[in-house]
Amino acid sequence: MKKRWYDYLWIVELTYMALGFFNILFAWLGMVFFCVPLIISLVWGTKGYCNRYCGRGQLFSLLGGRFGLSRKKDIPKWMKSKWFRYGFLIFFFIMFFQMLWNTYLVFAGVQHLRQAVTLLWTFKLPWHWAYHGTLFSPGVAQFAFGFYSVMLTSTILGLITMVLFKPRSWCVYCPMGTMTQLICKAKSGGQ
Amino acid sequence: METKTRMKRRAFIRTDDCVACGCCARVCPLSAIQVWRGVCAKVDPERCVGCGKCAKECPASVIEIQEVRG
Repeated sequence: MKKRWYDYLWIVELTYMALGFFNILFAWLGMVFFCVPLIISLVWGTKGYCNRYCGRGQLFSLLGGRFGLSRKKDIPKWMKSKWFRYGFLIFFFIMFFQMLWNTYLVFAGVQHLRQAVTLLWTFKLPWHWAYHGTLFSPGVAQFAFGFYSVMLTSTILGLITMVLFKPRSWCVYCPMGTMTQLICKAKSGGQ
Repeated sequence: METKTRMKRRAFIRTDDCVACGCCARVCPLSAIQVWRGVCAKVDPERCVGCGKCAKECPASVIEIQEVRG
């Protein structure tokens, strides 16, 4: 099949993750990965982002498929059940808003900037080398640390399920995918 | 003489469990699958030859290849 420009978006995903190692403020660029799928589903009522433009999905396809890093086994039933998918979406939302709250506290001057990336919502990894100051409030950097934590955590979860199950197993429980599918369902009248 | 009727193969999707990721549509060599309105994938029975590439790719394993009378 002929390759199109959007078949190479996995490079964007890799570049994004790499940039966060050098300057955490690049994490802000990840807002594109959050906003574009939502806009596509809200405006056009499709999952065009998942279907074509998701660089992360492409990266998993590449690593798990061509590079053979996946066992290519079926994912467990519970993992594709609605309660798990919606439950994970809710959990993700809660953690995201907690991250926003921490950002607000730094903006308000109540809390100091924490130069760390939180992995799997638990493990705090020092990440000070990627912070070189900001012209704006430290809250801007706090959001970047928090957002990069979200992106890195989801990438790691995706990689684990890629190895254990099928390459794009992450797509089954990806909160963004679940949310955009819900929007599409609502737009198509629940059919 | 008895003539054997060859069974056709076709992909069937459990649409209720489909996550509409579009992995199936990407690998279909005949473009016989499309994601319908971001809700679920749908198979064009006229085009599908039941090659099974979609079933192999589907991360939610909701595609089955079945034999149909044709």
